Amino acid sequence: MTPEVLTLSETPWLFTAAMLIKVIVAFVVTLLIVAYATYAERKIIGRMQTRLGPTMTGPMGLLQPIADGLKLFFKEDIIPSQAHWFAFIIAPIMILAPAFLSIVVIPFGADFQFTYDGTLYAVPLQITDLNIGVLFILAMAGLGVYGIVLAGLASNSKYSLLGGIRSTAQMISYELAAGLSIVAIFMLSETLSMRGIVAAQQGPLWGLESLSFLPNWFIFSQPLAFLLFIVGSMAEINRTPFDLPEAETELVSGFCTEYSAMKYALFFMAEYANMITVSAIAATLFFGGWAGPFYGWINFLLKVFAFMFFFIWIRATFPRLRYDQLMFLGWKVMLPAALVNIVITGIAILLW
Amino acid sequence: MAVNNTETMTINMGPQHPSTHGVLQLILELDGEIVVKATPHIGFLHRGIEKLSEHRTYHQTIPLTDRLDYLAPMSNNLGYVLAVEKLLGMTDEIPERVQRIRVIMAELTRLKSHLVWLACHALDIGAMTVFLYCFRERENITDIYEKVSGARMTSNYFRVGGLSADLPDGLEQEIRTFAESMPAHIEEYEGLLTGNRIWQKRTIGVGKISAEAAIDIGITGPALRASGVDWDLRRDNPYSGYEDYDFEVPVREGCDTFDRYKVRLDEMRQASRIILQALDKLKPGPILADCPKIVLPNKQDVVNNIESLIHHFKIVTEGFKPEPGEIYQSVEAPKGELGFYLISDGSSHPFRMKIRPPSFVNLQGLPQMVEGRLLADVIAVIGTLDIVLGEIDR
Repeated sequence: MTPEVLTLSETPWLFTAAMLIKVIVAFVVTLLIVAYATYAERKIIGRMQTRLGPTMTGPMGLLQPIADGLKLFFKEDIIPSQAHWFAFIIAPIMILAPAFLSIVVIPFGADFQFTYDGTLYAVPLQITDLNIGVLFILAMAGLGVYGIVLAGLASNSKYSLLGGIRSTAQMISYELAAGLSIVAIFMLSETLSMRGIVAAQQGPLWGLESLSFLPNWFIFSQPLAFLLFIVGSMAEINRTPFDLPEAETELVSGFCTEYSAMKYALFFMAEYANMITVSAIAATLFFGGWAGPFYGWINFLLKVFAFMFFFIWIRATFPRLRYDQLMFLGWKVMLPAALVNIVITGIAILLW
Repeated sequence: MAVNNTETMTINMGPQHPSTHGVLQLILELDGEIVVKATPHIGFLHRGIEKLSEHRTYHQTIPLTDRLDYLAPMSNNLGYVLAVEKLLGMTDEIPERVQRIRVIMAELTRLKSHLVWLACHALDIGAMTVFLYCFRERENITDIYEKVSGARMTSNYFRVGGLSADLPDGLEQEIRTFAESMPAHIEEYEGLLTGNRIWQKRTIGVGKISAEAAIDIGITGPALRASGVDWDLRRDNPYSGYEDYDFEVPVREGCDTFDRYKVRLDEMRQASRIILQALDKLKPGPILADCPKIVLPNKQDVVNNIESLIHHFKIVTEGFKPEPGEIYQSVEAPKGELGFYLISDGSSHPFRMKIRPPSFVNLQGLPQMVEGRLLADVIAVIGTLDIVLGEIDR
């Protein structure tokens, strides 16, 4: 018996309930990961740097993120008198919201099946399967820039302004390269839906039985695209070595210099939420999404965590690039490489 | 032709800025991210050490010198103590053990200072891990400091004519173990930085200053040696018995931030070599010169011997009185040539003390090293000059 997919028109109540549960679970889990990503980052980097990281709040410092949150929550919320108050308030929200919104189109597990009233139903573990999923993600990533630019401009501080300008230039140039690298992926999958992209990565590599020990993940057919995407997204989420907009030692935290209390915490959360989003996208596009040896969403979370560990590791290892070097890399190395990759992929698809 | 309607932006970098290494203020005129003009403003940490010393006996000034370059206190102690000894004409009477211990501590100080420099320089450029690795080793040196002098930073260990105390038991072995482990640690830092493409991009060709310009300004120390000038006071004008040791003076021709980084790392290797040689040559012996009118007698003599009691009384109440005259004594401090110019009018206070701090002179190279470069290079150049504001403002 083939399971029936829940729809709003056929089974409105079940559909609404399933949707609400999915939204709440996805949101809460993301928030939890955000909170504990800060903890994990401090612990992992601490270990790499011969320190311990947080140890005092709760067992092994496990309550540290909550303590941090509480502390920032009770701090005075300062709006500088020379700042543009509306833009100043809206900026952190404009950064955080798109970061969470991208989660909407990510499939995080195989279909969940259950029987109700004698009928077998299937719920796709994905909040919504947009047929333009990839485009949606690119759009959300693009929206995130506005938050930083606004924060930089509204603060009315020279350091923040420099941070805002840097991030505009950086995000625009790297989004281009990262976006173009994804083009090669949906040339192969022939769909923009994230669900479709995961489905296209099932089975042995290139459908060859002799390669059945390798899954058909796009990392194997598109290694260059993967590299470009990872570097591009590191730049997009402002992490080392591309953390120029908030370069602590140059611009005194750049665009968020003037922010305090919960608004500052929102920037912080956005950074980690973005990290999760990018990891999830990378896992979905290049590593077969939820496919793998374990139960669906466990595979997916493992892949996401592996990527996040990678980002944290990079932060402990690399110095920061300079503004002109960043631009050079973005426009003169990564963009041409992404274009060449598309051309090669196109030729390969034509020939085989 | 379109009218190029742009204006520059003036930005105050410091005195509260994480990367100006203290309270340096830089007035930067920026055209976008490009520095058009950089003007250092100094004086936020002025404590008047030179003036204060005119109202203190010669011994009482030693603790003030700790506060000059607070990252390398023993080098300052050494420079000052040598200057006073030269003024008193007792340079030849310093016991051998004192000379050796002074060299050991001065080279440990060089390591300590260079470790902080590397830590902050790397952190400024964004390499966070190196910072903590360096501070791990610096902690060992601070522990050694604590064991010899009781203080972790403001050591106040050297005395005119000797040392305040002998090395405690077992410390020689601890210093030896540390000095032997240092080259491996330096490899570790190099492993994270030297071959790193981003590190190379951030440092090679940045903050160039030619040998002529460096000499014109008076830049000394590693910054001068990285511009191809082979000049090191330890070898070219030896003091404290530096002529006994076999060490190389690293010189490089690149004139840029990367070469200054390499020169300092090589200096750290040489410093651990000198420490090990000095430890080999260290023999038991007195730790104070035999000059009763200058050096405090030990407590036993003060109680039992009338002459020692008188000397003790005189030294404590009014200090010693050098002959009228003036001298200049300089040492190769970690940051460059640290000089003390002392004028005596025959009283127990110096008539005038002038300090030649290496950071102050080296800082003058900053504007020409950064103008026309990017804002991020300013940070790299401040780091590579290795300035300490305690020494600049005095």
